[in-house]
Amino acid sequence: MRAQLEGSQAVAEAIVLCRPEVIAAYPISPQTHIVERLSRMVKQGDVGRCQYLNVESEFGALSVLIGASAAGARTYTATTSQGLLFMAEAVYNAAGLGLPIVMTIANRAVGAPINIWNDHSDSMALRDAGWIQLYAETNQEAADLHIQAFRLAEELSCPVMVCMDGYILTHAYEPVDLPDQASVDAFLPAFSPVQLLDPSEPISIGAMVGPEAFTEVKYLAHQQHLRALTLVQDISDSFERQFHRQSGGLCTGYRMTDADTIVIALGSVIGTIQEAVDGLRNEGIAVGCLKISCYRPFPSQQIRAALESSSRVIVVEKDLAVGMGGIVSADVRMALNGLHIPVHTVIAGLGGRSISTESLKQMVRDVRAERLSEPHFLDLNLRVVDEELARRREQRRAGPLAEQVIRAVNAIGTKVV
Amino acid sequence: MTTQRIKFYQTGTYTAGNRLLDEEARTVQSRMDRTNSLNSGHRACQGCGEALGARYAIDAAMRTSKNRLIAINATGCLEVFSSPYPESAWQIPWMHSLFGNAPAVASGVAAALRAKGRDDVKVVAQGGDGATVDIGFGCLSGMFERNDDVLYLCYDNEAYMNTGVQRSGSTPPFARTNTTQAVGEAPGNLVGTGKNVPLIAMAHGIPYVATASVADLHDLEAKVTTAMSMNGARYIHIHVPCPLGWGSDPAHTIKVARMAVESGLFPLFEARAGSVVDRMKIRRKVSVERYLELQSRFNHLFKPCRNDAAIAAIQAIADENIATYGLIDSTRP
Repeated sequence: MRAQLEGSQAVAEAIVLCRPEVIAAYPISPQTHIVERLSRMVKQGDVGRCQYLNVESEFGALSVLIGASAAGARTYTATTSQGLLFMAEAVYNAAGLGLPIVMTIANRAVGAPINIWNDHSDSMALRDAGWIQLYAETNQEAADLHIQAFRLAEELSCPVMVCMDGYILTHAYEPVDLPDQASVDAFLPAFSPVQLLDPSEPISIGAMVGPEAFTEVKYLAHQQHLRALTLVQDISDSFERQFHRQSGGLCTGYRMTDADTIVIALGSVIGTIQEAVDGLRNEGIAVGCLKISCYRPFPSQQIRAALESSSRVIVVEKDLAVGMGGIVSADVRMALNGLHIPVHTVIAGLGGRSISTESLKQMVRDVRAERLSEPHFLDLNLRVVDEELARRREQRRAGPLAEQVIRAVNAIGTKVV
Repeated sequence: MTTQRIKFYQTGTYTAGNRLLDEEARTVQSRMDRTNSLNSGHRACQGCGEALGARYAIDAAMRTSKNRLIAINATGCLEVFSSPYPESAWQIPWMHSLFGNAPAVASGVAAALRAKGRDDVKVVAQGGDGATVDIGFGCLSGMFERNDDVLYLCYDNEAYMNTGVQRSGSTPPFARTNTTQAVGEAPGNLVGTGKNVPLIAMAHGIPYVATASVADLHDLEAKVTTAMSMNGARYIHIHVPCPLGWGSDPAHTIKVARMAVESGLFPLFEARAGSVVDRMKIRRKVSVERYLELQSRFNHLFKPCRNDAAIAAIQAIADENIATYGLIDSTRP
């Protein structure tokens, strides 16, 4: 049924359609609307015998799900930012134990300075924890990806993060078409775990593994992720056959024909990039856009195939590996190994900074004219950073940077957000 | 107390004479149908109090749950010595996740069972004092306040033994560990630090809290049986000497544990809904010295010269416990 829904509500409704059995969550903005709605639906009896646990921390939330999943329940939680980092140890553990937990990441910056707005620093920090990572472009895709995520997780015995941009998607109202229960049931069979905690068949889970077998365990986890590359696409195709719309998959191109410049990104900024691409195409610039929907496992071959006839690639990413540059760009460069296609890193949208169509268009023009440094920070307020750098040359001062920068920004009357 | 507890002092050697009891009152361990949940062949040290406590506790829990039990284990000695891949000493469904999350994992198992409408299976979580009073404390408190249907067993050996004897929030004053060494002006662990988790558990108002000791395994079994007959969050804090960390003779594990109880340093009690309802009386009070002198972690209190002030301070703790919990009839309010 098509309805005007807030992103969080669409996700909550999609989760309920997946018949979860245990949900545990700890509140953190901008994830709250999802779990508030779920707690309400559980309490009023819309989710069968599903248990909703109000826990003492994100670490507790995921730990509850580790137990519940090992005991054979379909499990779900949502978090973001500091919450994801607070549960980091359990994130690795859930993957290592092969538990098919599904978790929404309402992507948000990581402090300090504390910032509740959107970027991808949180999920990027845990990209190699062994979870599948899917990124949603729209609220429709966010809802659809959750339904696909449970099937993927349970077929692979591997947890899945569905990442959606905080506020930009979670708090935006858009038309979303939610499938009916019968068709979701047809798409997503009941969870039947390979092994579970059951007194009828006692097993030990979580044994200590030494040097004699640890490498083999990790190798098999890697193989499982490589298998996921096929499965992510298969499940997306199967979803399309049943629900008649394309959602998810590995990566999707836009106006890629004859494109000499291709802009790559993840998440909701894809819409803005496509608008910029349209504008630039009107100017006669041959530019296209590639959306990465599945970031872990990384679809190197598909990305290489999509990019190999281009002359340059620009990765617009909402994250920063401090002291190194772009995180996604590094993976893209590896995918293009040996092809001599320059890959430019553009860091954009950190801590909720708006990414405008105009800035993106200018970015493409600048890259083509070889005017950009590497990595480039989109819409960086050079005056503020230059002032601060100059001041630091004058006097040494240890401590937090944020206060100085805020003072400088306010002094010149620029809006931070 | 209205009934007289059976005491096992008749032989003068503290031997637990099961044959003196009615068949039903005999220990779980003496039964033909004991489950050996933690089976022999694991890698615990000689004289390990934790292995002994866990074996008795889990077998008793198995008996009460009619062998329908799932156990969650925190990281620590018990986990490491019982489950080196590809071996496992556990004969029951058992899972280890992390150091600090055993209570939450157990809550999750209980929630899954509830969601599946299964009330035939019971859940226990277990960990050492590090996992319980320190790193897992947030999850433990959460499990308590939600009154999740889990029995949590803490095997308290008063330091991080698995990592090589470092101080925990349960390490007693003056005790030497590798991070509270017997050097400087105040050798050993600082006085006035640490926390009493049984009392904190009681403050949550959960249905059942008890302390137990491997010095009285029959009492330990009885407390586990009581706890397992109830629902909601339950907590048993079990004193388990560690020969390695305490510097005691492996043959003296029971004796050391008994001195802790008989001196009043480790009071045995039961509490329901936040109030103490029963305590184990001290039969023959011993001075704390009898306890301390069995353990090299307290050597610096006796050598090179005797530290009377420190020994008196520890004696004062024991005496206060005796008064607070009414461990000796004459002092009972």
